[in-house]
Formats: sequence, structure tokens, C-alpha cells
Amino acid sequence: MQQNLEVNKQDAKLTNMHYKELIRKYGALAVLILLIVVNSVFTPNFANINTAWNILIQVSTVMLVALGMTVVISSGGIDISVGAIMAVASITAAKLLGLGVLPAMLIGLLVAACFGAFAGFMVAHFKIQPIIITLTLMISVRGVAQVMNNSQLLNFTEPKFSYFGLHRFFGIIPIQVVIMAVAIGIIYFVVKRMTFGRYVEAMGDNYHASRLSGINTFMTTIAIYALSAVMAGGAGLLETARLSAADANAIGRLVELDAIAAVAVGGTPLNGGKANVIGTVIGALIMQILTVAVNMNNIPYSYALVLKSIIIIVAVYIQRDRTA
Amino acid sequence: MSQLVEKINSKSIKGFLKGQGALVAFAVLFVLASLRYEQFLTFLNISNILRQVSMIGLVGIGMTFVILTGGIDLSVGSMVALAGVLAANLSGQGMLVAILVPIAVTALLGLVNGLVITKMKIVPFVATLAMMMGIRGIAYISTGEVSVRVDKLSTGFTQLARGFVFNIPIPALIFVLTVIAASIVLKYSSFGRHVLAVGGNEEASKMMGLNTNKIKTMVYVISGALSGFAGVILASRLGAGQPVAGEGWEMTAIASVVLGGTLLSGGVGKFSGTFIGALIIGIITNMFNMQGNINTWWQNVLMGALLLVVVVIQSQVAKHKKK
Repeated sequence: MQQNLEVNKQDAKLTNMHYKELIRKYGALAVLILLIVVNSVFTPNFANINTAWNILIQVSTVMLVALGMTVVISSGGIDISVGAIMAVASITAAKLLGLGVLPAMLIGLLVAACFGAFAGFMVAHFKIQPIIITLTLMISVRGVAQVMNNSQLLNFTEPKFSYFGLHRFFGIIPIQVVIMAVAIGIIYFVVKRMTFGRYVEAMGDNYHASRLSGINTFMTTIAIYALSAVMAGGAGLLETARLSAADANAIGRLVELDAIAAVAVGGTPLNGGKANVIGTVIGALIMQILTVAVNMNNIPYSYALVLKSIIIIVAVYIQRDRTA
Repeated sequence: MSQLVEKINSKSIKGFLKGQGALVAFAVLFVLASLRYEQFLTFLNISNILRQVSMIGLVGIGMTFVILTGGIDLSVGSMVALAGVLAANLSGQGMLVAILVPIAVTALLGLVNGLVITKMKIVPFVATLAMMMGIRGIAYISTGEVSVRVDKLSTGFTQLARGFVFNIPIPALIFVLTVIAASIVLKYSSFGRHVLAVGGNEEASKMMGLNTNKIKTMVYVISGALSGFAGVILASRLGAGQPVAGEGWEMTAIASVVLGGTLLSGGVGKFSGTFIGALIIGIITNMFNMQGNINTWWQNVLMGALLLVVVVIQSQVAKHKKK
């Protein structure tokens, strides 16, 4: 009798396997589609092109940061300095607008890249854990950004800069959406098609083995954190352009957590390994749609926080690697 | 010969300095502050610093337990908020209820943290990140996003943070006693040894027959309870429970643990280190308050830089030990 039960269980397990594998692969996508369908039916004005553009504009900041974060996490690291880096890039560019819009933006990105490269260097050379070194940057770089303008809001009227936050191609497509799409394409290409992407995943899977097999882990690590910082810097610039103001206190606050949540929901394992770029895109969209839907239904944001926490745990649970 | 002695001496001094990076930083800051500000080295000021750091310090003690097992707890700041809100709500029900119920609730939430991590096998960073959002949401929902006043008649509860025993502020006393108790637990109890074993090598401790899941769950319960205690003290101090309280505390707590020389990889560390780490943060804040005219945002820059220096020194020590 007991044996029979056991066999039955095993049978059930076998048929379940396929089904579980499906959930693991497409669970996040299913949640996203479910969210969209449910909201299209129940949330007034949700199924509307303007709502869609708004969601995409709002998600663009977290999306850019999360794309960089995907690469970092895939390598087995983490970067919690991204919010502070957004702030420093934003304030640098806003301060230097006198040099012209493009030079100011490029210098902003360069400053961000330098901080990122520094973090990568500290990780690679001193073997300091990524979370610690990026924590020190999170504290001190935010401080630097605040010091740069005495922690005051920096307003500017520079239509050429605001273009990057307000322009709509053909009068419809917001510039952020185009930039975001390009960024997704680039990161996808880097991760899937370039040797750099292979190196990153190899380092996340087994750092020592990848080092022994001849990967230049030193330079790769520096590049990883510089890339994450540039993405964060870009997000900071977009945000600044949209608001026509730089606020070192507010910009990018807690974005690291939203970005990490998006990556986790998207199925990239937090202890390194395969980078799931499309997963991250889905993860960021899920979180944003949740926020917007709760808002459009006049439910306080606090409920969105609770929902988000449940979604993170459920999504990570169903997608976790069972072989590990 | 004398050269050799000198060499040995300088080496051991160097070794000592490297091992005690936090203590050295603390001593330097302490002397600097004493020389620069005459009000610094007064009983009142020192006990003030201790009181100010006591809450983040309690959170840091819980965080040290978690980090010693190789985990991390990002939900502590939200727990501080929830416990404070609960305590303020319950302050009319008598002091013990207002103190113990919130602590019990956050301990229970710590248990949830532990179970999500050990049973659902979700990495601590993600699990506690989700809980951080969820608990913050609950704190907001339970108060309608406004702060809750502490009952004016509950003088006993307000005394928790404002009272003195032998001239020492009660929160400072609680903090110091907790540090001592935690150190004793770590050093002399089997639980303490198990915590270190799990953090040192989880696979090996599992093979030795340790119930690693139970130990890992326990440290999150402790972290939850201590965060709750900190939240209760904060509510007593402010005379209100604020749902926004404790935001960013997780990072400050982690910083104090790291400053104190506890390795984030687990298995190595001590509570006296976290105590000193918290004091360093307290002294820096205190110095900036006394300076007054200086841009306070330099505080963050300095704090980050100091953290960086200590961490680099520690990484060199770790490298040395490996060799």
C-alpha cells in the first residue's frame, strides 16, 4: 500500500516536472500578463495608450538601473550605490550646463563611470565584498552630491537638456521609451553575444575557475561596475531632464532596492550565474504596473508595498533553481 | 640584535593596529574630538552619545548575529517603524504591554524572515528586502500614514527612553547590557558556537549534525526582537510612533557591524566591535553637531571615507591570515 503511494507520488512528480519547469521559465511573464489583463478589465482608464506611455516613462529610471544591476548580480556581485550615483551624475550635469548640454551630460556619465570603476577596482584588487564597498559609496557619494549644491534643489531652464525628458518622437513616443528600448537591446547583446557577457556569467558561476581559465577577472570586474554606474548615471540624467531640476537628496533614493527587486523577480539568481535580461525587463514592468494600478484605483501606496513584497517572494520562490 | 627586536616590535604593533582598525579609528576620533571641543569630554555629552547610538546599536547587535551566520537582514528599519507604531498605540495599556507586545510581533516577523530563508530557500538579501517593503507597508496601513501619539498619561513608558539609572540614560544602559549579554551568548553558549559554525562553513556544520535551519531562523528572530526593542525606545523618546521611522537604518546598522570588524562572509566577528562601530558613527554625528557652521553633508562623505579605510585595512588583515 505504502509502496503504491510512493509510486503514485513519483508519477505525479514526473508529470509535475514539466509543468514546474514551465512555471519556472514563464512564471514572471504569466504574472505580468495577468496583471495587464486584470487591470485592463477592472481598472478604469488602464487600457489606454496614455497610461501605457506613462507607465513606460515612469519605469525607465528603474529599468536602466536594473539592466546594469542584472550584469552585476549575474557576476555574483551587487551594487547598492546606484541611487547615489544617479544623484551625483544628475547634479554634475546640472552644474555644468554652462559648458553645453552634451558635454555636461557626458561629464556626468564620466563621473558616474569613475565611481563605478573605483568600486570594481576595490572589489577586484582588495577583494572587498561588493555590498560593503558599494555601501560606502552609497553613503559617501550621496554626500558628495549633496555637498556639490549645498543640498539645495538646482533648477534650470535649458530646453536642450529637458528635451531628453520631455521630447516625443512623432509627437507620440516618449524619448525615454526609445532610450530604454535601445538600452535593453544593448545589454541583451552584451550579455548574450559578447565574450564579456560570457565572462560575467562564468565569474558568477565559479569565480576561481573562470580566473584559472584565463579570464581577466580584474578588468572584467572593473568594467561590470563601471557599466552599472553608467546605466545609473544615465537614469539620473533622464530623471533630471524630465524634472528640469536636480535634487541631490531625493533623486535615486531607494532605487537600488527597486532595481534589485526587479532583477530578482526577473529570475536572475542573486548569488550569480545566468543573467536574465528579458526577465529583468518583465520584473521592472510588474513592479511599476502594480504601483500604477494601485494608484489608479485610489488605494494607498502602502498596499502596493505589501503586494510587492508578496510578489517578490512568490516570484523568486517559483523560479528558484531546484537543482541547487 | 636590537634591530631585530625593533623589527619584531614594529611588526607586532603593526599587526595589532591592523587587527583593531575600528578601535584605532575610535581612539583617534575620541582624542580629536576631546581636543577640539571642550564640551565633548563631559559626562553629559558622552552619555548623550551613548543614548543616541543605543537604538541603532541594538539593531546592529541583531544584525551582527545575522551576519555571523553569513546572512543579512534588510527588514530591520521597517521593524523599527512597526514596533514604534504598535508601542504608541498600546501605550495606554500599561508599560509592560507597550514594550513587550511590539517586541513579540517583530520577533514573529523575524521568524517569518527565517522561515522564508530556510524553508523556501530564498537568499536572505531578497527575502528580507521583500519583508522590508511589506512591513513598511503594514506600518503605513495600520496608522493611515500618520504618526501615532504616545498616551500622555503613560509616564512609565516615556521614562523608558527619557529616564536615568545612576545618572546613566536607560537606553544607553539597555544597549551596553545587550552587548555584554550577546558577547556572553556568543562565547559561552552552545548556540553562540553554532552560530559561528554555521557562518564559518554551513555544509560542514550540517554534516556535524547541527540543525542549521533552526540556528539560521533563530538569528532572524533575535534581529527582529532587537529591532522591535529599538523601535519601542524610539517611540518612547519621540513621544510618538512614526510609520516613516527607521528608514535607512539597515544600512547604518550594517555599517556599524562592518566597522566593528565582523566579516560579511560570516563566521568571524564580535559584538564589542559592533559596539565600537556604533560609537564611531555616534561620535562623528556628535562632532558635526558641535561644529555647527560646517556643511553637515560632509558628514556622509567622511563617514563613507572612514568606512572605506577601515574596510581596506580589514581586507589586508584577512589576506594576511589566509597566507
